[in-house]
Amino acid sequence: MIADLVSQISTHEAPAQALLAQTFVGPEVNWFALSPMLTLLAGALGMMLVGSLTSTWPKGLYALVASVTAGTAGALAMVQWDDITDNGPTTLVGGAIAFDTLAMFLTITICIGVLLVSMLTDSFLRGTPNEGPEIYALYLVAAIGGIVMASANDLIVLFLGLETLSLALYVLAASNRRSLASAESGIKYFVLGGFASAFFLYGIALLYGAAGTTNITEMVTTFQSEVDLNNPNALALAGLALLIVGLGFKVAAAPFHVWTPDVYQGAPSPVTAFMASVGKAAAFAAMLRVLVTALPFFRDDWRPVIWVLAVLSLLVGSFLAVVQTDVKRMLAYSSVTHAGFLLVGVEAAGHTAGELDPGDGMSSVALYLMLYSVLVIGMIGVVTIVSRAAGNRDGDSSLDSFKGLAKRRPALALGFTVLLLAGAGVPVTSGFIAKFGVIQAAVEVESYALAVIAMVAAVVAAFMYLRIMVNMWLAPPEEGAIEADIAGTGILINLSSGLAIAASVVFTLFVGVFPSWLIDAAETVNVIAR
Amino acid sequence: MIGAIEPSWYLILAALLFSIGASGLLIRRNPLIMFMCIELMLNAANLTFVALATKLGDINGQTAVFFVMVVAAAEVVVGLGIIVSILRRKPGATADDLAELKG
Repeated sequence: MIADLVSQISTHEAPAQALLAQTFVGPEVNWFALSPMLTLLAGALGMMLVGSLTSTWPKGLYALVASVTAGTAGALAMVQWDDITDNGPTTLVGGAIAFDTLAMFLTITICIGVLLVSMLTDSFLRGTPNEGPEIYALYLVAAIGGIVMASANDLIVLFLGLETLSLALYVLAASNRRSLASAESGIKYFVLGGFASAFFLYGIALLYGAAGTTNITEMVTTFQSEVDLNNPNALALAGLALLIVGLGFKVAAAPFHVWTPDVYQGAPSPVTAFMASVGKAAAFAAMLRVLVTALPFFRDDWRPVIWVLAVLSLLVGSFLAVVQTDVKRMLAYSSVTHAGFLLVGVEAAGHTAGELDPGDGMSSVALYLMLYSVLVIGMIGVVTIVSRAAGNRDGDSSLDSFKGLAKRRPALALGFTVLLLAGAGVPVTSGFIAKFGVIQAAVEVESYALAVIAMVAAVVAAFMYLRIMVNMWLAPPEEGAIEADIAGTGILINLSSGLAIAASVVFTLFVGVFPSWLIDAAETVNVIAR
Repeated sequence: MIGAIEPSWYLILAALLFSIGASGLLIRRNPLIMFMCIELMLNAANLTFVALATKLGDINGQTAVFFVMVVAAAEVVVGLGIIVSILRRKPGATADDLAELKG
């Protein structure tokens, strides 16, 4: 009887199935090539699942699991890197994901970011209601979003990555439920981020109308073959403008930077480090994918806009950073300056976008992103430790709280000095290599004015870093501060955050002295998957 | 005599909706209304996708809308969570009241 029914149903449905099979063929998926993303996803889901079924894990285990997951994903990305250098770049999942060294370089950057930030977060969350798997799972999910953005070969996929990253970041920014500042930073980030996402999406929609596709590879061919140079496509240009607005918000370029200081200051410090490293790397990756890879045809239209954004970011960031009195806010404005430097690299890439010899613009941006990510995590790591000194738990990151740090915690002050010097771009540090790379790329394409403005901005920005250093080394510590440190109620450096900062300092100096291996690796990112 | 409704009419409607959303976000001060304006902007983009997909006779624009709808739903969850957590602490807060962070 039942068999009868089954046979009846199956005969009934057979034509429908045949029809489906004819019209829909799923794309072939090379699962191993996607392994970095899948590892992070498994880590995030596993932590949430196991974490909810078990009682509180032993100290530091949450951070350890998150770090190991990120480290594994980064190692897998390096394995993929070898595959790409051997067999050349290609696309995955029906052309939706690009499998090239640019994607892998930024995947590794993002994984390093997650690893270091997880180490910082451990001591920060100890003893708060947020101690648990959630924050780390959000880091991992945000990292997946960032990696998807860095490797998207389809604008809709890029949008999905952007939203995965952004939604996780909104929650992370608002995650300190004890602090009103954190909630305020969360809602400000959410409203402005949602605004930017909507512009971005509308831009994609208009580009879709102009090109008839959202796939980057097909878009490039369509524009090259169909658009008449003398009659530029108005729909595509409108879409391009909206995309630049959306991307400008995400990378925190002036004049779209207004959210940055508030959000960076209000968010919990490790989350600030995460936004400044992973968030910025992913946003710039998206910018390279959209402008340089997908729209090289319109490079003469978008390059002047990027030029203006770069100059504004450099000047606004460096001048406003100088007058701040809160170190986290200073670092927020300095991240605007760094966005300006990165835009100098993007502008340089714009001169040669789509040509057979792509120039150094893209590789200089990728290199800058990796060096800056490690650097900024170290800097904000120090701020995390200082602002959480006992009696100061709400997170006072004012310039005054750094007074006399050299007498209180000499090693910490020394590490912070190295990082600040690197931020200012002093030679023998990674910051110099990064800045030199983008300025060299700009000079190579004869974008001299921009290179000069960038160097002037670097000098002005150096003043801000000096101000922090003077406070640390020359100002006397507050009364009783040293005694409190000795008694263990002052500034406490615990193992994992200390290690994270030390790793950042060592990397900064090591790359500053031996940069060639990393520069060579970054130079390969110019070959984009088609 | 009015002819058939053309896709371009929908494009104009979507542009209007997007502008209403964008200007509403900049003008209104209630966090919930601002949030609704973002949703309006996302839906304007959706309408553009559908109209253009019809115009081009291409299915991909319509599938994109499904992705965007999922994203918008996720954004509602996150956004309302953040807004509720603020309003619980500061009942009736407007965007202007949230000025602890400045400099």
